Amino acid sequence: MFRKITRRASKFAAVAAAGLLAMSVQAADPIRIGSFLSVTGPASFLGDPELKTLQMYVEKINEEGGVLGRQLELVHYDDAGNASKARNFASRLIRSDRVDIIVGGSTTGATMAAVPMIEQAGVPFISLAGAVVITTPVKKWVFKTPQSDRMAAERILTDMKSRGLTKVGLISGTGGFGSSGREQTLAVAKEMGGIEIVADETYGGSDTDMTAQLTNIRNTDGVQTILNFGFGQGPAIVTRNYAQLGIELPFYQSHGVASDGFLELAGSNAEGLRLPASPLLVPESLPESDPQKPVVEAYKSEYEARWNSKVSTFGAYAYDGLNLAVKAIEKAGSTDKEAVRDALENIQGHVGVTGTFNMSPTDHNGLEADSFRILEVQDGGWKLIN
Amino acid sequence: MMARFSDFRLKGLVFLAIVVFALPMFISNPFHYGLATQTALVAAAVVGLNLLVGFAGQISLGHAGFFGLGAYFSAIMTSNYGWSAIPALVLGAVFVAIIAWIVGRPILRLKGHYLSMATLAVGFIIAIILNNEREITGGPDGMPVPSFDVFGWELSVFGQYSLFGMDISGDLAWYLFAGVVLLVAVWLAQNLIDSPIGRALRSVHGSEVAASVVGVNTAKYKSLVFVISAVYASVMGALYGHFQGFITPSVASFDFSILLITMVVLGGMGSTIGVIIGAVVLELLPQLLADFQEMEMVLFGLILMLTMIFMPKGLLPTAANLLAKRRAKSAGGDA
Repeated sequence: MFRKITRRASKFAAVAAAGLLAMSVQAADPIRIGSFLSVTGPASFLGDPELKTLQMYVEKINEEGGVLGRQLELVHYDDAGNASKARNFASRLIRSDRVDIIVGGSTTGATMAAVPMIEQAGVPFISLAGAVVITTPVKKWVFKTPQSDRMAAERILTDMKSRGLTKVGLISGTGGFGSSGREQTLAVAKEMGGIEIVADETYGGSDTDMTAQLTNIRNTDGVQTILNFGFGQGPAIVTRNYAQLGIELPFYQSHGVASDGFLELAGSNAEGLRLPASPLLVPESLPESDPQKPVVEAYKSEYEARWNSKVSTFGAYAYDGLNLAVKAIEKAGSTDKEAVRDALENIQGHVGVTGTFNMSPTDHNGLEADSFRILEVQDGGWKLIN
Repeated sequence: MMARFSDFRLKGLVFLAIVVFALPMFISNPFHYGLATQTALVAAAVVGLNLLVGFAGQISLGHAGFFGLGAYFSAIMTSNYGWSAIPALVLGAVFVAIIAWIVGRPILRLKGHYLSMATLAVGFIIAIILNNEREITGGPDGMPVPSFDVFGWELSVFGQYSLFGMDISGDLAWYLFAGVVLLVAVWLAQNLIDSPIGRALRSVHGSEVAASVVGVNTAKYKSLVFVISAVYASVMGALYGHFQGFITPSVASFDFSILLITMVVLGGMGSTIGVIIGAVVLELLPQLLADFQEMEMVLFGLILMLTMIFMPKGLLPTAANLLAKRRAKSAGGDA
């Protein structure tokens, strides 16, 4: 009797085991993509489009059969723009959720707070934040998709020089974006040579009038052009004051205001100003020969159709981040972290919305300054200059 | 025996020690240790704030400013000037104490809303300085902080240590360290509360006029407790920075000040163990609610609101009250 029971039990166990095995073959474990973004809080204008982009493209990739025959699973947390929360969530993604790769970190602070832990744990990480410090010096596991503010400064100063403008009056916001941009502009001007920053003014994030600073710059000897590095409402006010003062010098803004929202804020005052921007703002004007044209157009139309809201350059960082991650996993042929990292580092000629990525062991960003397009405001719209 | 223990002055401390040292038996994930460490450090800062709010009846809406100042002082001294962590921490505390004393003397003359406005302003000023002094603090992008070291011995979450012959991970080591720090913080606070100073503080809380009539130098005690609570915040800020390895000015933000004061009020003003419970709840709740995504903030607000409506005295005092009532009832039934 007893023997009969054990025999039955062992038969049952064998059947059950076989069944489990079959099931696990049918539905392989999903590839887990971790993400921490600033979806709420002061940086939500970054995190919101980034999350929407990740969600819609993870869905899309899954509908098309996933990656390596496995589905993608997005594990997301909202760090609310707080660096300690970002670190906690990065820790949670790595240790509790055991994700295969992380795409996230909307702000530089959030990214840098998570970096020590990510480096230690050895998980490939693609950051969506701008500052140079993220990938300089190169960190083994850390990559990023946006161009740095340094590249924006290079692009602007090069364009100025090509127009024969060599004496620059600089005005910048004191926020993170403005002050980092100011630093980079000063450094690039020094290295580039032949161009000089003759005035250096700043304004606070909640200032409502910058005529004093602009008057100072206008009265500086020999100033030929004015550059504003800032973010949020500040640059719109600078633009308005600029028009009110009737300054005739060529005017530049940074990529921080490269959005349709800025055009609405600044109105006709913005006429004639130039800035470096993502091609996402002018998909129609890109020449047919531009390899980025179809990618940019597809992203724009898909995003706007899905979410019924305007596409933003920040969402594009997430789009590029996710695609780089997928490409690296496909190239590596597995989710082995070391292999994915190596594949990521060797991605060449990947055409994204932000630019064409050429990663290397010495460059974990992979973009050149010319991935920025110089745009000019004409008749209330963007005009591609080069 | 039990009765004698319940009269014991430091029974809360004993209870807390048991919880702190028993916790590693139930958790093993490094992520959970990280949360526990962070909670312990913040709880210790809240114990300090409770001395000011719960016992002396004064309010500070800028306490994160002192927390941030301590964190940045240590971060700057250790990473830019190569100091060892302990002297940086001690000097940071002295620095914060002096600042708290200088600003505390005049602003503690204010009462009610005016006092909260003044402390709010102090917190804001510190946060603005940390944000703008980019060359020193790294500005809004933050700055890295080296690991905590004691005489060349380094405590890092990534290290491996052995304690009494047991191998322990860096995460566990940090947790144990933070647990001991919390116990020391509670012990010091408890001794202060039970001292003549503590009685003087409570008299200030009860009625400032009456206190000064019976000869309590209210101005002196108020600024003394303000300085003590600022030093608590400063030391915990410094340790918090070392533990995190990276800090941004958000450690000194208004939001964090409000969070600290909410921990005191939620847990139960004037109850040392109560405010620790407040800290634990408010540190862990966002993690528990993180899975609800968009609903997180709504649920968080709802929980806080309901607690405040139905438990206005705070979690622990309300629970203790309920328990006492039940006991009284059952005792009454026996008679």
